[in-house]
Amino acid sequence: MGLTPLETLIRRARALLPEDGVITDHARLRTYECDGLAHYRVTPALVVIPETAEQLAAIVRCCAELQIPYVARGSGTGLSGGSLPHAEGVLVVTSRLRAIKEVRREDQRAVVEPGVINLDVTRAATPVGYYYAPDPSSQQVCSIGGNVAENSGGAHCLKYGFTTNHVLAAELVAADGDRVRLGGDAPDSPGYDLLGAVVGSEGTLGIVTEVTVRLVRLPEKVVTLLVGFDSTDRAGAAVSAIIAAGIVPAAIEMMDALAIEAAEAAVHCGYPDGAGAVLVIELDGPAAEVDAEYADVVRLCGETGAFEIRTAKTPEERFLIWKGRKSAFAAVGRISPDYIVQDGVIPRTALPEVLRAITELSERSGVRVANVFHAGDGNLHPLVLFDDAVPGAGEAAEEVSRGILDLCLQHGGSITGEHGVGADKAAHMPKMYAAEDLDTMQLVRCAFDPDRISNPGKIFPTPRLCGERPGRRQGAHPLQEAGVAEVF
Amino acid sequence: MSDITVSGVTPGRTEHPASTAEVAEILRAAAAAGESVIPTGAGTKLSWGNPPTSADILLDLSALDQVSEHASGDLIATVGAGMPLARLNEHVATAGQRLALDEAVPGATVGGALATNTSGPLRMLAGTMRDLLIGVTMVRADGVVAKAGGKVVKNVAGYDVGKLLVGSMGTLAVVTEATFRLHPVPQGRRWVSVAARDAAHAAELTQAVLHSQTVPSALEVDATADGTRVDVLVEGRPEGVAGRTAVLSGLLPGAETSDQPPAGWGRYPWDDATASHVGVKVTFRLSGLADVVAAAGGLGMRGSAGVGVAYVAVPAERGIAEIRAVLARLRETAGRHGGSTVVLDAPQAIKEELDLWGPVPALDLMRRVKDEFDPDHRLSPGRFVGGI
Repeated sequence: MGLTPLETLIRRARALLPEDGVITDHARLRTYECDGLAHYRVTPALVVIPETAEQLAAIVRCCAELQIPYVARGSGTGLSGGSLPHAEGVLVVTSRLRAIKEVRREDQRAVVEPGVINLDVTRAATPVGYYYAPDPSSQQVCSIGGNVAENSGGAHCLKYGFTTNHVLAAELVAADGDRVRLGGDAPDSPGYDLLGAVVGSEGTLGIVTEVTVRLVRLPEKVVTLLVGFDSTDRAGAAVSAIIAAGIVPAAIEMMDALAIEAAEAAVHCGYPDGAGAVLVIELDGPAAEVDAEYADVVRLCGETGAFEIRTAKTPEERFLIWKGRKSAFAAVGRISPDYIVQDGVIPRTALPEVLRAITELSERSGVRVANVFHAGDGNLHPLVLFDDAVPGAGEAAEEVSRGILDLCLQHGGSITGEHGVGADKAAHMPKMYAAEDLDTMQLVRCAFDPDRISNPGKIFPTPRLCGERPGRRQGAHPLQEAGVAEVF
Repeated sequence: MSDITVSGVTPGRTEHPASTAEVAEILRAAAAAGESVIPTGAGTKLSWGNPPTSADILLDLSALDQVSEHASGDLIATVGAGMPLARLNEHVATAGQRLALDEAVPGATVGGALATNTSGPLRMLAGTMRDLLIGVTMVRADGVVAKAGGKVVKNVAGYDVGKLLVGSMGTLAVVTEATFRLHPVPQGRRWVSVAARDAAHAAELTQAVLHSQTVPSALEVDATADGTRVDVLVEGRPEGVAGRTAVLSGLLPGAETSDQPPAGWGRYPWDDATASHVGVKVTFRLSGLADVVAAAGGLGMRGSAGVGVAYVAVPAERGIAEIRAVLARLRETAGRHGGSTVVLDAPQAIKEELDLWGPVPALDLMRRVKDEFDPDHRLSPGRFVGGI
């Protein structure tokens, strides 16, 4: 026929999808060249926007047949380049699969398509007294499919867990185009917990086309406190005291002076003047329980040196407290032309030590770092500030950002708590895991996607040749030696 | 030769490694010799699952019973797979903490609970093994030692291989060490129990509690020939527990409260019987409770109604035809309500006559996972779904 595989795919895609569901025009392709991590950009060869799971599965089947790589994308808000397109591949956009199929109060379940926006699940469940607990800061725009791929967290995962704890079942379009059901409406499906492996696999094990989530009862009472301290050390001590008292707040967030300054400049959230750190603490649950915990939290914050404790009296006041925290990333744009959002995890008790080390790193390099984090579970989001117009500033910021991840690993933590590895941190994986660990993870990849066409190049710095006998490989990967495989 | 059997199959020999390195050494040698290996802890569930197709080595991990780390400020603990669950909980209780996972089978080890994914009433509060496990050290079939996850609760770096190992019955790798997130031991706890008139009434009461604002740690239904009971556990600060208990007493007219668990709490119904039983686990959507209680009928059922899990004991003396009929009835009911029916344990002669798992969706994909992890099928061969 003389058609290239890509031309064949385009022809088939046009037959399968509505006209505006197939994008080949270069200018329009470029609008998909990056996700929320905008400094990585790759123009995809083709963008498809299916409207049904059948269409999506048919496209993936064509990709498998033609050995064309594909990358799934939801709302494109990811912060690790997880949906960074492949230059010779297809970007499969799930945003038109956006039906909320069922909200079943009696079963505490909702069934949704992957393009449904996170907050819309909560909006659909609120009238019957329920909500969807995982709440990434981007919840007004991020999609459930993206949340499943990234195992998204959020401020409230300290108490309620992550996406993986709230997804009961999914329909997966496997890398061969087959549609398989994983998990079930009821718990403990017989056999391996494949769903547990798929959630958080960043689109490398397939694309979900339907997700069953757990709905959680809206709490009877919510109390939100804003607590000012003169230093991050004192704020950290308050966090430890609260946890040690056996209290599991819905959220404990910390911001340091620089992050507070940025938030004030951007959204005028009215945080305490002159604070070296603030904590946003939220308690929720049965009223009697929350009241008892509240008394303890106020006492513990006082004992650890809080100079101001403010409790939201109205929903507006609560909104303003959270607005300062949730807008912190974007707000940093007010005080710095450019910045890197880092995402690392440390054991919570290492917080004071790691914060001091970040300060030293910042002072030594002259690179400013604003700290915003989920203090309850040790998930740091340092914002590394720089001005790209200054020669060398970007590199210096990158180095500080890398240094922070090294600090996390030195303290037994993780290189990512919720943003994912994606394209951004694949090179860091060997610092956290031994070659054997990565090899073992890739056994899962080989079972699901032996040809590595589903989001190739993400998570793993070196691909594993599937079908190879485990543990007997020596030296460089054969594909790598042959110059076939990419090394990140 | 010992008299221990794995579902009736006598292992060729038993090895007693005392470290991950020794496990690796044994598995490398077994790989070279083409020998099959069946990991075990306290041996409390060796009769579960299908009989293995081969059992050259029984790998007794009970000597891997150390606490490697208990970071109380971080609410995590890392322990050897051979550590009994009860001992782990005694250890972390000294810091006012607990692993919020019931010891469903007395004497069970961490590794055994992980391999069989057992759980009890507290799963309503904290989920199951998959929700509590944050890191794992395993030895693969080829003897390679690998880790997954880590020792921080929040971590999305790489695949969550630990979740694949949960409930895998030792067919993918040998777990030697596990890291868990812990929860604070609540200051107060109280049980609220009420008799239900029948299955429909029990379901009605269960729904009332589910939609209330009392956030129970557990919501159980215990149906026997003597009647059906709904039991709710609330935990928290003493003032909070008092307030929530009062709300529950209003929702459940005639309820009694106690600071002690009701009889049979967290035990499989067959644990109470002396004669041998077929132990069945049924799962269902929450709205299917009344039908499941009705399908169990005079046999009764006990389980976590608040999450959709129940256990049914079928006396072995009923005979194979009736046991099959019960299983078919439960399977049809559970299937109608989005769940499954699995035979956990049964006398060997009966087990051989039964389909233990029922329909298993995505079985092909599961076989591919098995083939990648254990291409020669030497780890607990045949014990799991579809003969994996």
